[in-house]
Amino acid sequence: MSTEKKRVKGEVLLEIRGLKIEGSSDGVWHPIVKGVDLTLRRGEVLGLIGESGAGKSTIGLAAMGFARPGCRIVDGSIVFDGIDLRAASDEALRELRGSRIAYVAQSAAASFNPAHRLIEQTVETAVRHGIKSRADAEADARDLYKRLQLPKPDTIGDRYPHQVSGGQLQRAMTAMAMSCRPDLIIFDEPTTALDVTTQVEVLAAMRDIVEQFNTAAIYITHDLAVVAQMAHRIMVLRHGKEVEQAPTREMLKEPKEDYTKTLWAVRKLGKPESISDDIVLRVHEVDASYGPGMKVLDNVTVQLPRGRTVAVVGESGSGKSTLARAITGLLPPTKGEIYFNGKPLPRALKDRDKDTLRRIQMIYQSADTSLNPRQTIRDLIGRPIEFYLGLKGAECDRRVVKLLEAIELSEHYIDRLPGELSGGQKQRISIARALAAEPEIIICDEVTSALDQIVQEEILTLLMRLQKETNVSYLFITHDIATVRAISDEIVVMHQGKVVQQGPKTKVLNPPYPAYTELLLSSVPEMDPDWLTRLLEKRAAKSREKA
Amino acid sequence: MHPVLRTVLQRLGLGLLTLFIVSIVIFMSLELLPGGFAEAILGQGATPETVAAFNKEIGLDRPAYVRYVEWIAGVVRGDFGSSYAGLGGSIKRSVTEMIAPRLYNTFFLAIVTAIFAVPLSLFLGVMAALYRNSFYDRTVNAVTLTTIAAPEFFIAYILMFIFAVKLRWFYPTSTVSESTGFVEHLYRAALPAITLTLVIVAHMMRMTRAAIINLLASPYIEMAQLKGIPNREVIMKHALPNAWAPIATVIAFNLAYLVVGVVVVEVVFVYPGIGQLMVDSVSSRDMPVVQACALIFAATYILLNLSADIVSIITNPRLLHPK
Repeated sequence: MSTEKKRVKGEVLLEIRGLKIEGSSDGVWHPIVKGVDLTLRRGEVLGLIGESGAGKSTIGLAAMGFARPGCRIVDGSIVFDGIDLRAASDEALRELRGSRIAYVAQSAAASFNPAHRLIEQTVETAVRHGIKSRADAEADARDLYKRLQLPKPDTIGDRYPHQVSGGQLQRAMTAMAMSCRPDLIIFDEPTTALDVTTQVEVLAAMRDIVEQFNTAAIYITHDLAVVAQMAHRIMVLRHGKEVEQAPTREMLKEPKEDYTKTLWAVRKLGKPESISDDIVLRVHEVDASYGPGMKVLDNVTVQLPRGRTVAVVGESGSGKSTLARAITGLLPPTKGEIYFNGKPLPRALKDRDKDTLRRIQMIYQSADTSLNPRQTIRDLIGRPIEFYLGLKGAECDRRVVKLLEAIELSEHYIDRLPGELSGGQKQRISIARALAAEPEIIICDEVTSALDQIVQEEILTLLMRLQKETNVSYLFITHDIATVRAISDEIVVMHQGKVVQQGPKTKVLNPPYPAYTELLLSSVPEMDPDWLTRLLEKRAAKSREKA
Repeated sequence: MHPVLRTVLQRLGLGLLTLFIVSIVIFMSLELLPGGFAEAILGQGATPETVAAFNKEIGLDRPAYVRYVEWIAGVVRGDFGSSYAGLGGSIKRSVTEMIAPRLYNTFFLAIVTAIFAVPLSLFLGVMAALYRNSFYDRTVNAVTLTTIAAPEFFIAYILMFIFAVKLRWFYPTSTVSESTGFVEHLYRAALPAITLTLVIVAHMMRMTRAAIINLLASPYIEMAQLKGIPNREVIMKHALPNAWAPIATVIAFNLAYLVVGVVVVEVVFVYPGIGQLMVDSVSSRDMPVVQACALIFAATYILLNLSADIVSIITNPRLLHPK
């Protein structure tokens, strides 16, 4: 029925007024969304942007009349096409969900049921809601797969979720959301888990299909450049409240609020590159593999100058983290040598002496999982001090306090547990723990990827200051080009286990590029709302040229 | 060869190896038992000379490894040897003949119980997951926990008291013989089967409930809810297919119990199963029978666990449909 309905562009489809949502932790209810108004017209795409914890996803789900377990909608009205979702029965809501309001989740890999084939899950909603017969729904699904430019659209649906790539899954999920031709789709960070090169295709596919069917959408993300491509209008959220709202171009040109301006911050951070010939670590023609036939590093040569930052970039699966494992000795190379201060390093971790271990430290992406939740900050930072430097008791404590000062935390934190700290503070503790050993090299593996833009900037600033003070060298593994631009001296581009390019920042980031570097760099979304359109035109023109 | 088939064959091979090791363990631990068949049958008054003569007659004077090899070689050919019990007289009783009817009875009881208990537990578990924390959920949990906490002989006597003594629906004892017909056998095995059901339902039902609830926090379950799929279907279609592995393990464990752990229930209902036979044979030191029973028990465990493994492999599309 809903598909038959006339879709008048511009008519109000969704109206949220004074929405308040609470979440419970340890039995105490505290506000997550504190009175948000939102109006969405047919065919319009609204971008919701803000750091994690701003309440973006919660609002997106509330637009479907849904609250996650542990959350409750306490006040306000949600009216979808004349239907009051807060007053609607469970049965009525169930009828709406999937058929008229659909959801595209962040992680397609986790949101597809591993036990069923893709097509079965794609058609489930339409068949279940009695909108289409199974055969019609399957034919339509194949048509949608084709429109979303999935490879082999006629047979890809017969595959199980684990048999297709992340980018393909995300497009299949968009097809699933489209199967009933809903009036509204909630996109909840749909490309956050994807590599930039994959993200471009998925963004283009999603934008196209939403336009083709004149579907309204709420696009949730923390990436301003991405939302600039997708949304007609942007709403900035913070701490469960609206900061400001404006049409996309206006918002990008002149954000009014200070907070909105800070969202650009990491892009302003930067330092001039500085080249040095004093090589502290040299990875020479190294191969590494996880078992026979699983070669992940292929003849990799990388140099790390003393007191400098070398950024290693590439998509997931390019071998970045494996390089870190090879250097630290966790995965002994099968071929090649790693020279540290000119001398070859023993390959395996267990063959290295304590002093060598001390000189190479590591910081991980997730401070949540790399800090033992049952140890206090004193134990966490004190342990390497005691182990490597042999300091004990009060002397060790003094050193811990000094390190806390270095990472800009007060000494009161010494008796706290990691669970009592924010994400940024926890990552600071990880940095202090690495510094405690007084290392020459710190390998930073995606250390800012799990953090919000603003916190990211703080952490990067801290890392740069510490480098100046201690002359430590960073091997900075990341997939985020903006971060690379900000902090590196040299850049290593990796692709499928091989080094595509190593060189000074200005050289790598400027033409002429090797083909892969160009693909990678051109895929990084820019703030310009026309970026995606132009990029697609350019790529289309290029492939025509080739043909 | 399909990787799943290869895995199954590998497991089967490992199972056979385990069975072989178990046979050694069984044999050696029975060697360590104090006293032998001779002492048991000749009584305390027997002189060492008579014991030695008796042992020599039944071949027990030879070294253990010779007897083991002889025994295991027979087992491989399907011959479990002769019971000591008939040795003194003129008729030799083969172990196979002694065990076969008992084994049939035990499997009969186990299968009847399983046919009722497994679907019942799955049903109760799924319903408990669907209506979790409701009055129904709490009641089912409380009742099944009570029945699992009470000793099985206690449950057996209570059932016997109610259904056999007071209501007179069943016989108080479940004696069956080879001449008992199938329906009559079923009728006589009813009370022990109900007792066993009460003992094993709690375990399986709670694991079903827990395995499903464990999955309810998965993003794909939330996705199913956001697609407007009714709760019942979310659980049956989206949660249950991913929950089979842990459920199958617990089912296998409980089915094994039905074969190897039922001796108490057999004794209470005087049901001629293999458990009773084994206990009797241990006290009379009739080693060939004990060894055969122990080996059958071990094989049951291994086979059931193997089936659980196979279930978890074939319900995992990552293994069944590799990239």
